Amino acid sequence: MKRRTFLGGAMAVAVAGRGSSALAQQPPVKIGMSMAQTGGLAGGGKASQLGIEVWRDDVNAKGGLLGRKVELIVYDDKSSASETPAIYAKLVDVDKVDLLFAPYATVPTAPLMPFVKQRGLLLMGNFSFQVNSKVGHDMWFNNAPWGPADSWASSFLDLGQKAGGKNMALLAADQEFAQNLALTARDVAKQRGLPVVFDQSYPPNTVEFSSILRALKAAKPDIVYVASYPPDSAGILRAVNEIGIGDDVKIFGGGMVGLQFAAVMSNLGSLLNGVVNYNTWLPEPSMYFDGTKEFFEKYTKRAVEAKVDPLGYYLAPFGYAMGQMVEAAVNSTKSLDQKGIAKYLREKEHKTIVGPIAFAADGERKETATLQAQFRGVKDKDIEQFRSSGKQVILFPDKLKTGSLISPFEAARK
Amino acid sequence: MDLLLGAVVLGVLLGCFYAAVSVGLSVSFGLLDVPHVAHPAFLVLASYGVYQLNESYDIDPLLAGLALTPLFFLFGLLAYRVYYETFERRGSDAGVRGIAFFFGIAFIIEVLIILQFGVDQRSVTATYIGKSWRFGEFRIPIRQLVAFAVALALTVLLAVYLSKTFMGRAIRAVAQDEEALRLMGANPVRIKQFAFGIATAVLGIAGALLIIVAPVEPTLDRAYIGRTFCVVVMAGLGSISGTLIAAIILGVAESIVLTLFGASWAPAISFAMLLGVLAVRPQGLLGR
Repeated sequence: MKRRTFLGGAMAVAVAGRGSSALAQQPPVKIGMSMAQTGGLAGGGKASQLGIEVWRDDVNAKGGLLGRKVELIVYDDKSSASETPAIYAKLVDVDKVDLLFAPYATVPTAPLMPFVKQRGLLLMGNFSFQVNSKVGHDMWFNNAPWGPADSWASSFLDLGQKAGGKNMALLAADQEFAQNLALTARDVAKQRGLPVVFDQSYPPNTVEFSSILRALKAAKPDIVYVASYPPDSAGILRAVNEIGIGDDVKIFGGGMVGLQFAAVMSNLGSLLNGVVNYNTWLPEPSMYFDGTKEFFEKYTKRAVEAKVDPLGYYLAPFGYAMGQMVEAAVNSTKSLDQKGIAKYLREKEHKTIVGPIAFAADGERKETATLQAQFRGVKDKDIEQFRSSGKQVILFPDKLKTGSLISPFEAARK
Repeated sequence: MDLLLGAVVLGVLLGCFYAAVSVGLSVSFGLLDVPHVAHPAFLVLASYGVYQLNESYDIDPLLAGLALTPLFFLFGLLAYRVYYETFERRGSDAGVRGIAFFFGIAFIIEVLIILQFGVDQRSVTATYIGKSWRFGEFRIPIRQLVAFAVALALTVLLAVYLSKTFMGRAIRAVAQDEEALRLMGANPVRIKQFAFGIATAVLGIAGALLIIVAPVEPTLDRAYIGRTFCVVVMAGLGSISGTLIAAIILGVAESIVLTLFGASWAPAISFAMLLGVLAVRPQGLLGR
């Protein structure tokens, strides 16, 4: 071996050794969060956490943040709003975390907002809906693609009205997220002069939806907008199949949480056909950005072992994107100063594996990227079918669109 | 009028299902006076057993539920023996400590289910799930008819067993006067243990009905604690036929409210009815 080559190699080893020992010696950057590990939101919570963990491992493999290893401190909030305030107080005051990620979903996040505003803390939101609308905290940034509050209902009602819908029915769970969706749907319908012929909220733990569906069907709606939580979505679709929904219905779905999760999708199988529902990421050609494919390769390998949603489309890549945004902000500002990170997040557009993200003043996306997609050709008991394109055709937004609505609903189910 | 008639029919079906999931509690809590708050957790555990058999071996959910009954009988014998040795035998504060014991069991069952099956919803497949019978414009989900028929048979069988067989009468006797039975040379603890086994075995079938009617998830037991205790107390403690009547009343009331008055009021129905019954007839509908 030539002397120069040997010296070069020795120096490289020394530098690498010093780098890794420095990474090991410095205190880690602690990121704290609560996450639903049990309760109704646990399916989503676990998938979201795995997405964040994939990012943590990637960023640590690159040397961490500011040369420090990233460590996640996670507590189970049991899907309950009453658990999170105490958990976040502990994360800040006892665990002394450097940054906070919000729990998955609206219900556990809502009670945190006054706390983080009062303390002036940055909170990376994780798929909640309009929790900052009344609080107005300027250090809140939601990773979800919702965009302006009314865009979700508008996109669905646009599709329904273009298909000839002249009135609508609204069925929503008595939960903060679903009620927020229902509220915006009512507002949009009012602005458009679209009569609401059926408007019902049902309580959590409703066992049987046949009675509600019979009443809904009797109102003869054209557009049926449903805002439901995972335990209910399956019950509602089953009842639709059994009771029928009427030939007038042009479009059905909109805001059903759960139809994005592999276990629910696999259980429902062909009952999903024809439903138009919101989504966040789907394996359609328009949805691949830098790193998307690599992320899903890593996620898929780990999901089976972790007993987590094997597809992971809905939340996991957005958990990763949340990490990517913080990583870019910390690297650019070269600091963990939360005000500096918030300023960076507010002013720049961020490249992520779920596409470019820019924030409006309220911390929500400037522009909606919430998909409305129609289930088509779904067979029973086959999770793998959802990995290919064409099973959930994107109808909205236009720049990500991969097909057009099939209507009426009964025709689309065949 | 059509809507009201439909609501009543669906309510009767729903009520019989509520009777099936409550009738075991009517024995364990109503007759034996055991504060069995883990009853719905046992029920959900049975549903997961049915799910596993259906998923792995494609066994019909009802047959799977039937196959689980001997296992659940043994599980019931064991649970009661532990409860008796640890709490009941020791004296007067067994009630409160017993509640803590069964809450503990319910929590352990929840955690075990999560560890084994994860937190996602699970459901079963059978030819009668997802289809309906049509009478003109009116449709009835077949899974509800199946649940209705099985629940009715289960409740009637249990009522006949408790009133006509020697062991059934012994169980009623131990509920009425344990000391008198002891003086006659019988062993009340054994009888109570056997009765608790029966109450738990019934859950094999009830668990199958639970997962036939709707998908299950590990914490579903919490949704059924209120309903099952309401049905048993409203029925009159230990009355099996009362359980069926109370459950049907609850099912019809819920269904009418869901259809005609708005779903938000439905959860209040069970407790409003319970308060009403206790105010007018504290011993329950068919209690003595």
